[in-house]
Formats: sequence, structure tokens, C-alpha cells
Amino acid sequence: MDFNNFLLMGQEIGLIVVFLILFAYDIIASDKGKRWFYPVACFLFAVQTVLGFFPLSTGEAFGGLYVGSGLTVLMKNILNIATLLVFLQSYTWLNSEETRHKAGEFFTITLVTLLGMYLMVSAGNFMMLYIGMETASLPLACLAAFNKYKEKSAEAGVKYILISAFSSGILLFGLSFIYGAIGSLYFSDITLAVVSDPLTILGFVFFFGGLGFKLSLVPFHLWTADVYEGAPTSVTAYLSVVSKGAAAFALLFALYKAFGQIEVVWEPVLWWLSVITITLGNLFAIRQTDIKRFFAFSSISQAGYILLGVIAGNAQGMTATVYYVLVYVFSNLAAFGVISAVENASGGKTSIAAFNGLYKTNPMLSFVMMLAVFSLGGIPPFAGFFSKFFIFMAAASEGHYLLVFIALLNTVISLYYYLLIIKAMFIKEGEPDATGRFSSDAYNKTSLTLCTLGIFAVGILACIYESIGNISFGI
Amino acid sequence: MNILSLFVAIPALMIALLFLCKEMKQIRAVMVTGASALMFLATTLVVLFLQERAAGNAAEMLFVSSTIWYAPLHITYAVGVDGISVLMLCLSAIIVFTGVFSSWNMNMAKEYFLWYCLLSIGVFGFFISIDLFTMFLFYEVALIPMYLLIGLWGTGRKEYSAMKLTLMLMGGSAFLLIGIVGIYYTSGHSTMNLLEIANTLHIPIEHQRWIFPATFLGFGVLGALFPFHTWSPDGHASAPTAVSMLHAGVLMKLGGYGCFRVAIYLMPEAAHELGWIFLILTGISVFYGAFSAVVQTDLKYINAYSSVSHCGLVLFAILMMNQTAMTGAIMQMLSHGLMTALFFALIGLIYGRTHTRDIREMGGLMKIMPFASVCYVIAGLASLGLPGLSGFVAEMTIFVGSFQHADLFHRVFTILACSSIVITAVYILRTIGKILYGPVQDAHHLHLTDAAWYEKVSAVGLIIAIVAIGMYPFGISDVIRESLLPVIEKLI
Repeated sequence: MDFNNFLLMGQEIGLIVVFLILFAYDIIASDKGKRWFYPVACFLFAVQTVLGFFPLSTGEAFGGLYVGSGLTVLMKNILNIATLLVFLQSYTWLNSEETRHKAGEFFTITLVTLLGMYLMVSAGNFMMLYIGMETASLPLACLAAFNKYKEKSAEAGVKYILISAFSSGILLFGLSFIYGAIGSLYFSDITLAVVSDPLTILGFVFFFGGLGFKLSLVPFHLWTADVYEGAPTSVTAYLSVVSKGAAAFALLFALYKAFGQIEVVWEPVLWWLSVITITLGNLFAIRQTDIKRFFAFSSISQAGYILLGVIAGNAQGMTATVYYVLVYVFSNLAAFGVISAVENASGGKTSIAAFNGLYKTNPMLSFVMMLAVFSLGGIPPFAGFFSKFFIFMAAASEGHYLLVFIALLNTVISLYYYLLIIKAMFIKEGEPDATGRFSSDAYNKTSLTLCTLGIFAVGILACIYESIGNISFGI
Repeated sequence: MNILSLFVAIPALMIALLFLCKEMKQIRAVMVTGASALMFLATTLVVLFLQERAAGNAAEMLFVSSTIWYAPLHITYAVGVDGISVLMLCLSAIIVFTGVFSSWNMNMAKEYFLWYCLLSIGVFGFFISIDLFTMFLFYEVALIPMYLLIGLWGTGRKEYSAMKLTLMLMGGSAFLLIGIVGIYYTSGHSTMNLLEIANTLHIPIEHQRWIFPATFLGFGVLGALFPFHTWSPDGHASAPTAVSMLHAGVLMKLGGYGCFRVAIYLMPEAAHELGWIFLILTGISVFYGAFSAVVQTDLKYINAYSSVSHCGLVLFAILMMNQTAMTGAIMQMLSHGLMTALFFALIGLIYGRTHTRDIREMGGLMKIMPFASVCYVIAGLASLGLPGLSGFVAEMTIFVGSFQHADLFHRVFTILACSSIVITAVYILRTIGKILYGPVQDAHHLHLTDAAWYEKVSAVGLIIAIVAIGMYPFGISDVIRESLLPVIEKLI
């Protein structure tokens, strides 16, 4: 065995080192020593995030099982940034009475799921993709049930584990068909041999369905709202951003690298799925009264927009999708940061009504929330406008004008419900029992500042889009 | 820095300064200085522009500069102006300036003016842009502040109106964006620059057939094109004074300007082929708007429906597609912008004192507030097209131009639109007679004060502009006429 292979896995190794240090710390340290656990964990992970931006050697390892390229490094960096932001937002929650004793577990479990997502992104073989997905899903169920003393959280954990086991099964079933039809699970072999015969198509459909669960595409979205509502807010943020981002990246590679030759088959599938995902996600979001369920449906419709970039099937689509996910990370996490701040200050309230009159009690938070929903809704000059525009341009570059138009009309619907949040914060009067002025903890503030910077800068600075474009040009 | 970029930079600077302000005095100082700077800038621009033209610079757009922004998609920050955009910039500067004085005593003034400045960034940015992407960006920047401006500082059914206005306009911008994406790809995805697309590229006619309606409709929603005008009465009625002024005075002009600059200019073939459909719709706008105004009893609704009618006339004239009518269209944009802003300023003034906008509950105001009433009469006369004021010049030019078409279809519609002037006279004179003359309806009104100095600044500023256009129309129509040539050449 050639150990040089491991050198290509720099980020994975770094992550495992961080994991081991934290794991050991959590076991060895006394209760007193654990006071420093949270800052140390955040610091170590921040180091891991920053290290990812230094040039790494790239190439294929283990005979093509593992692929490291500039693009995978970039995607992992995006996932790292998102995870770091989630960590920063979880301080108050982790220090609450019920969760304090298991704060260490939150970090270690999250890091394991992140490792799985790294492997999903870097997979050059469907088996690797499957292993990565499983590594990511099973611990996620633990995270969803982290507040196990709360009925809803425990319920979310059970729902998540059942659904993810089910979807893994379906995915594996599809893979077996593909293996039967082609005789290999390596992307590079499949792309040479793939033809649109019934067996392959059936295999593709099952595979896509399995991944669709992770990405919460309609009609595989039914778990999303319940799990998002029940899971602790930081975990919901993690699920809606990191887990979804990783699934989108994995889908991107699988479709472009393995099934690139049978675009005729998957293009109409994606076309219809993105239309119904965006539309149904939006229509259901309108009716929600709980902010976490609300963002669950909003994130479903965002997943539909991501498909718009995937459907282009060219380098521009790749760039637009990665860029979209990057912007989505900042916008959605800004929203979740505010949600957890409000939830912590109001003693666990997550209804939209809890945001009434927020502008009076905490103007900065409502300002950040406004930026977040405007960015999610695609309002200039925030980053979300640019990412939506580029994803529309990507879809239109392949002539999907009708699809772009439907998506555009849907942005109007989405704007309606995003404006409801704005209305609650700025126009409505606060509830009589609303919390007075409050301020969130310093970590959350840091994370919200980073998100705000991201929302402003990622759109205005063209170099970010261009460098993603340069990296993804080669694929 | 290009002189045009200053139009965006000054409001941006104002926003930054407003963040630092604590007291009302400071806020007012920032706003007045900034708005005056914009006025000064607009005047300077006119002088420079005329100098360049006099020096024989015959380029289609002047002060052009272009900075690459997103190179892979050929997005640039490109600015440039011709005579029409210069006039639009002047109009916007005047209305932003007078709007500041009309919102002298706002509660939560800091936030109010923050959104107000953002709105003006959008408006100015739109008129200086010659790149489709930046144009669209500024267009949307101008739309979003409306929601909070109406929702927070508005009156009446403000939340409903704010939501309706925002969603309808964003719906329009969905049509617009698909049009822009279509223009980019079908013209050979090599540039987003308006001038380059118009002069060196060509959009195939089969694509023009869907892009033209999309863009025209997209901008038309903002120009209150029937049947997408319903946001306008509700929105204007609920908005605070200065926002109504800016919205009816400038934002609705974005629609007309965009129809002309993007839809007609880039897709002349489709405009000839499909223009008649929109001509029918604008004809209905003109006629229906005027009739609706007759039956309203709320001052703001009267004015809002009258805006629908007058803005319909703008689009109507643009679709006539000859030089005279289009000149009239641009003049009508200026004229309507000024007089409707004056109307809204005065309605705000009256409402602030009487606390009612219902014409049945008012009367004899001429005795109580003579200054405001005289201004109201002037605005009314301008609106119904009295010679010597701006409305006459604009409408006259439009109808002369429209009647040049020899076919029955255009002539019938011209006559129909012409007759709307009579209806305008009906609702204007009826309102004036009801609220300004006759017995005082409410004894409380007897003790009301006349306009304060800041309200006078706002009204007088607008009246000067209205009279100037009415008395010396050739100065303006020459500039417009010459700037229209490139468009007219493509249309023939």
C-alpha cells in the first residue's frame, strides 16, 4: 500500500486530528478544565478552516476511490466555514442547564458527520459516496435528538434515522442496478460505458431518489419540516446548510462525472423536480407559523434553485451552483443565528410571533435578519441577488428559459413570505409578554458579523465568483 | 471618478453620514446638504452636456465609462447619458430635493431617510446605467425600500398596500429579468452593454417575439400599464408624502424610460409587430384611469388614478414610434413627474392639517390656506393642460405626433386618448371647486395654518420647474429630439 495516498487527504487528516484532540480533551479533562472546551474547540476548528485555504496537493488516491481537486478543496472549505459559523452560534445553547454536560459530544459528533461529508464530496466511486453518506447521516440523527428531554427533539431524531436509513436503502438499490448494468462503480468507468438502457435509467432514478432525500427535494421532502422543527436550532442550521450543501456537491459530481453522457435522461427529471420543489416549498412556507418550519420550507425551495444550476450541465452551472451554496451558507446561517439568539432570549420560543417588534428590542439582530431574508429572497445589492442571477444565467445558457421564468415567478412568492418576517420585526408591535432589550453572546455576535460581511462582500466582489469559475473550469 | 457615478456616490455618502447622526437637526442638515449637492450636480451635468454637444460631440451617449465587474458574464458597471437621461436625472434631483422638504417632520426620521436615500440610489443608478445588469440591479434597489417606507410610515391600509405594491412590481421585474437574460443569450452572449447590443448585435426576430413582450410588460407594470396598474392607487394613497412624490414622480418614469430604452430600442422589429397589443392596453389605461379618477373621493386616489391615466399616455406615445410622439412622451414624463409631485406635496400638506383626504369633508380652503390653495390650482391647471404650463406642451406634442399615423387604428386611439383631456378637466375642476371654494365644511378647519416655510420651498421649487417647461419648451424638446434620433433610425 502506498502511503503517499494519504498525503492527498490533507483536510480529512486535519479534521481527524481536531476530532481526536477534542475527544481526548472531553474524556480526560475535569469539569473545571472543561470550561475552556468551547473556545478551544472553536479555535481548533477555525485553524482547520484557515488551513484549508493553503494550497494542497491534489490528485486521485486509492485507485480513484478518492478524488482531490481544487474544486473539492473549495467545497470542503465552504462546508468548513458553515460548520464554524454553526459552532459559534451554539454557545448559549450548549451552556444551558440540560446540555452543558454533553457539550463535548456535540462537537465530536458534528465533526464525524463533517468527515462523512468530506468523503461524499471527494468520492470518485459510488461506494465511497455511499460510505460518506452513511458516516454523515447516522450521527446526524444523534444530533437531531440532542435535546432528548424534549419530546419533539427525540421525535426528530427517530424520524431522521428512519428516513435516512430508508433513503440509503433506496440509493444502494439503485447503485446495485448501475453496477449490474455497467460492471463498475467508478465514476470514470461509468462515464465511458453509460448508455440510456432501462436498467441504468432505473438505477439512476433510485440513486437520485436516495440523494433527493438528503437534499430534501419534493417529493422526498416530507421529513424536513418535522426534523427541522424538533432538532435544536444549531443542529437545524447545520442540517439545512452543511448537510444540504454536501448533498448538492455530491449530486453535482455524480451527475457531471458519472452520468454526464446521459444528460437527456436526467435533464427532464431535474427540470420537473426543480419546478415542483421550488413551487411547493414556497407555497408551504407561506402557511407556517413556526420560524423553524418556515425556514425548513424556505430551504426546500432553495434546494430547488440549486437544481437550476445543476441542470445546466456545464462549467458555468458548476460555478453558479457552488457560488449559490456559498451565498446560501452566509444568508441562511445569518437567519439561524438570529433565530437562536431570539430563542435563547425568550426561553425557547420559535414562533414567528416571537419576532414581532424585534426592531424595538434589538435593532441589530433585526437588521441582520433583514439582510438574511433579503439575501435569501434575492434582493440587490446583497449576495443572494447575484447568486440567483448567476444560477438563472447558467440555466438559461442551456436554453431553459421557461424554467428560469417559473423560478423567477417563484421568487416573487418567496419574497411575500420573507416580507412577512420583515413585517413582523419592523411593523408589528411586540407581544405583551415579549422579552425586553437583550443582547446575544459574543460568539454568536462574531458569527453574525461574519455572515453579514459575507452577505455584503460575496456579491460585490467579483473575484470570488471568478476564482470559483477558474477552479471549476477544468471539470 | 466619472461625474455620473457621483449621482450614486452622494446618496451613499448620505447614508453613511445618517448613521452617525443623533439629533433631528443633524439629520436635516445632512439631507438638505446632500439633496442640494444632487441638485447642483444635476445642473452641472446639464451645463457640461450642452457644452459637449455644442462643441460638436455627436456620440450617442456622453460621459461614457465602463468598468469590468463580472468578466465571465460580461457584466460591467457602465454609465453614460444622452439628453433624455440627463433630463430624467434633473427630474429626479428636483423631486428628491423637494421631497426632503416635504418630509420635514417625520417620526423615526433617521430610518426614514436611510430608506429614502437608498431609494434615490436606485433611481439615479437606473438612469445613468447603460449595462443591462446594473440597470436591473438599481431598478430592484429602488423597489425594495418602498415596502418599509409605506409599511412603516404610511397611512390607512398601509400593510396591505405595501405588500401589494412590492409584489406586483417584483412580479414585473420577474418578466424583466427573463427578458434581460434572453437578450444576453440570443444576441450572442458577448455583452450586456445596451449600446453595443443595439449598434453591433442583432436579436433574431423569433426571439424578439417573446423578449419584447416580457421586457415591455416588466417595465410596463411600473409604468402602470392596464391591467397591472392596481398597485398604484393603493400604494400612492398609503405612502407618506415624499414617498408618493418620488414614486409617482420618478419611479413610474423608470417604467416609461425602460420601455423606451430597452424594449423599443433593442427590439424594433418586434415593437412594430406587437406594439399594437400594448397600444390597446395603454389606450385603456389612459381612458380608464381618467374615468376612475372622476368617481374617487379621496384626494390621493384621485391623483393616483390621474397618474395612471397620464403615465398611460407616456407609454401610448412611446408606442406611436415616431419622433414627435416620442418627444412628447419624454416631455410628458417630465411634466407629469413634476406636477404629480406637486399634487402629492400639497395633499400631504392639507392632510397633515385637516386629517382627512375626503373631498366631501373639506371646503373653502382657499380662505384658510391661500398659499397652498393657489399652488393646488396651478398643479390642477398644469394637469388639465393649460397652455403656458408643462402639461399642455407635452400632451400637444403627443397628440400631434400620434395623429401623423394615417391608418384608422392609430387615429381612433388618438382621438380616444385625446378625449381623456376633457375627463381630466372634469375631475380636476370638480376637486378644486369642492375643496378650495364654497363654504367651509368643518369649523375646526378655520384655525388651520397655511404652509410652513419648508413646505413652501417644496411647492415653489416644483412650480418653477413646471412653468419653465411650459414657457420655454423648445430648449428641452430640442435636446430630446436629437437624443431620439438613434432610436428613430432603428425603428424606420
